[in-house]
Amino acid sequence: MEGRTWKRSNIIAFTHFEMKDLSTSHLLGIKDLSKNDINLIFKTADSFKEVINRPIKKVPTLRDVTIANLFFENSTRTKLSFELAEKRLSADVINFSAASSSLNKGETLIDTANNILSMKVDMLVMRHPHSGAAKFLSEKTNTIIINAGDGTHEHPTQALLDAFSIREKLGDVNGKKVALIGDIKHSRVALSNIFALQKLGAKVMVCGPTTLIPKYIKQLDVKVVHNIEEAIKWCDVANMLRIQLERQNIQYFPSLREYVTQFQLNKEILEKVNKPITILHPGPINRGVEITSQIADSEHSIILNQVENGVAVRMAIIYLLAGSVNRG
Amino acid sequence: MKSTEILNGLQVSLTINRLCFQLIENHNDFSSSVLIGLQPNGIFLANRLKNSLQDSINNIVSVGSLDITFFRDDFRRKEKPLIPSVTNIDFSIENKKVILVDDVFFTGRTVRSALDAIMTFGRPSSVEFLTLIERRFVQNIPIKADYIGKSIDTIKEEKVSVLWKEEHGKDQILLHSPILK
Repeated sequence: MEGRTWKRSNIIAFTHFEMKDLSTSHLLGIKDLSKNDINLIFKTADSFKEVINRPIKKVPTLRDVTIANLFFENSTRTKLSFELAEKRLSADVINFSAASSSLNKGETLIDTANNILSMKVDMLVMRHPHSGAAKFLSEKTNTIIINAGDGTHEHPTQALLDAFSIREKLGDVNGKKVALIGDIKHSRVALSNIFALQKLGAKVMVCGPTTLIPKYIKQLDVKVVHNIEEAIKWCDVANMLRIQLERQNIQYFPSLREYVTQFQLNKEILEKVNKPITILHPGPINRGVEITSQIADSEHSIILNQVENGVAVRMAIIYLLAGSVNRG
Repeated sequence: MKSTEILNGLQVSLTINRLCFQLIENHNDFSSSVLIGLQPNGIFLANRLKNSLQDSINNIVSVGSLDITFFRDDFRRKEKPLIPSVTNIDFSIENKKVILVDDVFFTGRTVRSALDAIMTFGRPSSVEFLTLIERRFVQNIPIKADYIGKSIDTIKEEKVSVLWKEEHGKDQILLHSPILK
């Protein structure tokens, strides 16, 4: 693990209490982060990963901070992961989900947010079905916003934990070849991953049916292929994305069965390449669709590591952003 | 700033040797005792103590490093977040006699944080604190050191710097005092 040895630079930095900071006061998307920001988040997450493996997994750091989780869209992993991260930092947590809220009574997003903030909440974690909702709220309210996924735009914490997991498994992200396979068009994970991986020096390829790859994607300097075998031959890491049927209002491919025959990651495809491929999946997995059970549970799959790292990475992000919460 | 030498290289190693004998008096062969250096500067001292102890007692001494950043009481009172250092305790401290080690004992707030931090690893049977330099009369909270290399009288504006051979090429402890006009 990096940093197990006491590097001269660390010690000097600490002796003088030199402090670094994120270049942003919200986490709206990976696009706004610098490479230094990402590395700072990773270094801090290393420490939190050690913390959450202690017998007592909690630190008192944010005991005077209150965080509201606003989920206007369903989520299991991300919501639990954020809530656990907040609790492990000793923050007070309130949860809000759209299904059981006054949103159904016609309240606007800004009103909802401002009402919550009036209860002396310091930070908002928000997931919203509309792209740009997090940025909008950051401009209209006076608080710290963490984007937990906005429409088909970005899902920055997922991309950070994906890259953190790749770094943990392969030592470094720089120079690695990563293929994002599946529904690129509707995936906020894909866009955030492309930004994060490229900033860290990885090469990125997207692979999927022509209809599920957005036209503009070439502007992002990524390779595009429509054949999964080609993608697997090229890559070191395959990040399998779910077909987001809930976001598809028209038919993008003839049938799920055809998608499975063309784009499923299975044993036969992996056996054709003579190298280990690290497999990621942001969840939820549709077993038997984008990936077979056998591969999802194989030794090269780091899907559950991603979930564990998710808590550490989110703790790091909240910790670093909470530094600018106003006191008093 | 005017710098005065508090201890030179020879005095540092004599002091460490004396501290080791004091430790052996209370902890015998260290079979149920462990040293925990506080990041970043307590680590050098903890490793020196380990080497010196192992020479004397002919037994392995466990040394860990503890970072206390997340347990500090001044988070968000600083301009920017504090970036943590590495914690590495690869043994159980349950029912062990823990000796926290730091180079300079100043306000006592670091030790306060370290007491909270070490308890997250289990329940030690006792916790003691060893320091190479104790700055007297400047503690903010009622904490005292159990083993002291040297006590010095200082005012708050003065600064103590500890140089280690591993880091700076020589062992030396300096007191930096503002020049009074």
